[in-house]
Amino acid sequence: MDADQLIAGVTSGDRRALARALTHVEADDATGRRVLAALYPRTGRAQTVGVTGSAGAGKSTLVGAIAREERTRGRTVGIIAVDPSSPFSHGAILGDRIRMQDLTADGGVFMRSMASRGNLGGLSESAGGAIDMLDAAGFDVVLVETVGAGQDEVEVANAAGTTVLVANPGAGDDVQSMKAGLMEVAQVMVVNKADLAGADTAVAHLRALLAIAGLGTWEPPILKTVARTGEGVSELVDAIDRHQHHIHHSEHAAEERRLLAQRQVVSLARAALHREALVTAEASGLLAGLVNEVAARHRDPRSAAEALREAIRRAWAAGG
Amino acid sequence: MVTTGERPIRVLIAKPGLDGHDRGAKVVARALRDAGMEVIYTGIRQTPQMIAEAALQEDVQVVGLSILSGAHLELFPRVVEELKKRGVDDVLLFAGGIIPQEDVPAVRAIGFQGVFGPGTDTHDIIEFVKQRAPRRA
Repeated sequence: MDADQLIAGVTSGDRRALARALTHVEADDATGRRVLAALYPRTGRAQTVGVTGSAGAGKSTLVGAIAREERTRGRTVGIIAVDPSSPFSHGAILGDRIRMQDLTADGGVFMRSMASRGNLGGLSESAGGAIDMLDAAGFDVVLVETVGAGQDEVEVANAAGTTVLVANPGAGDDVQSMKAGLMEVAQVMVVNKADLAGADTAVAHLRALLAIAGLGTWEPPILKTVARTGEGVSELVDAIDRHQHHIHHSEHAAEERRLLAQRQVVSLARAALHREALVTAEASGLLAGLVNEVAARHRDPRSAAEALREAIRRAWAAGG
Repeated sequence: MVTTGERPIRVLIAKPGLDGHDRGAKVVARALRDAGMEVIYTGIRQTPQMIAEAALQEDVQVVGLSILSGAHLELFPRVVEELKKRGVDDVLLFAGGIIPQEDVPAVRAIGFQGVFGPGTDTHDIIEFVKQRAPRRA
């Protein structure tokens, strides 16, 4: 299928065309970029929701439960689940479908697994494009599950309108460690596995941390869920709906949309610049020498980095 | 990360039917991952419809089915039929598990280019997949 066939297929609800288009988007090839650019004007209709939290918090199970609740509300659901690639083999085992088996048979759901392919922000580099593609394909809700995230995996907030942070009872230190990055980008907080002891303590922890975080125009609600049984999931979807209303229809909508657009552009530009800078650095032939000097302690890493930056700037100024 | 043109091969490993354990399927999944592939694993007790739908949504190049129950001659043709129904006509199929020697020709005739029984060296599966996986665009 060429780009035009893919564009026509995605807009007419052809699932196979959508799947193939996602493959091109993930590869970030010319076809993928063309399809994305052509379909972008059709985006913006879906609720885009990121679900993040540490490994084992129950993200997959919760995403499955949210999807089921959305289906009972008559909404169609696109799901992107990101799992880590091995830094050694670059391979990956993508197992999120195991917890969402029943959804595979539902024609109102489309789920795609993606490997992080070396990206460190909790998503794969092309996850944002994949969200746009599912949005353009007409799904009412697009759910994105990040890899198990710690403090700095905040990229999901650049890609999704609402970010849901998943924590667990008895993980006080875990919640503490989240405050730096994730706390500030989450608009809905969930204590999942709330049937375990310590759920209320975890809620109190989150509330205390929120109190010291700088809030914008939205105050994040803190909810309890048991994703396995579906308990609390309806309230969670209500909270997501309220936040989506806030960013799309409240008096703050224009500002919220501008902020999201800014995060998206800056984050994509940063990734592209980073890639280009590394290519230039390698081409300069300086990198290996600087690394050896630092390894031998003949030079400090900061001045080596500065020398590399200078070389990159010179190469770019010379049009290389 | 600097990415070059080399794109990982995407493989679906699935278990149709009522087998209760999936040790063999997991060994193959891990071996393929360690060879640099992205392996979608869907768990046990999959219907032919679920397997075909997962293959479509994930746009995999390769589908590997593992079966121990003896129902391969009933279930494999149904998986192939469900794939065809969805227009998924460009995937490499292979099979593993307990498949008696006398059934191998029939399994191949349905469209499974590789049939790997117990004791197969995982390197043989890796080589098979690398050489025959169809390219994606």
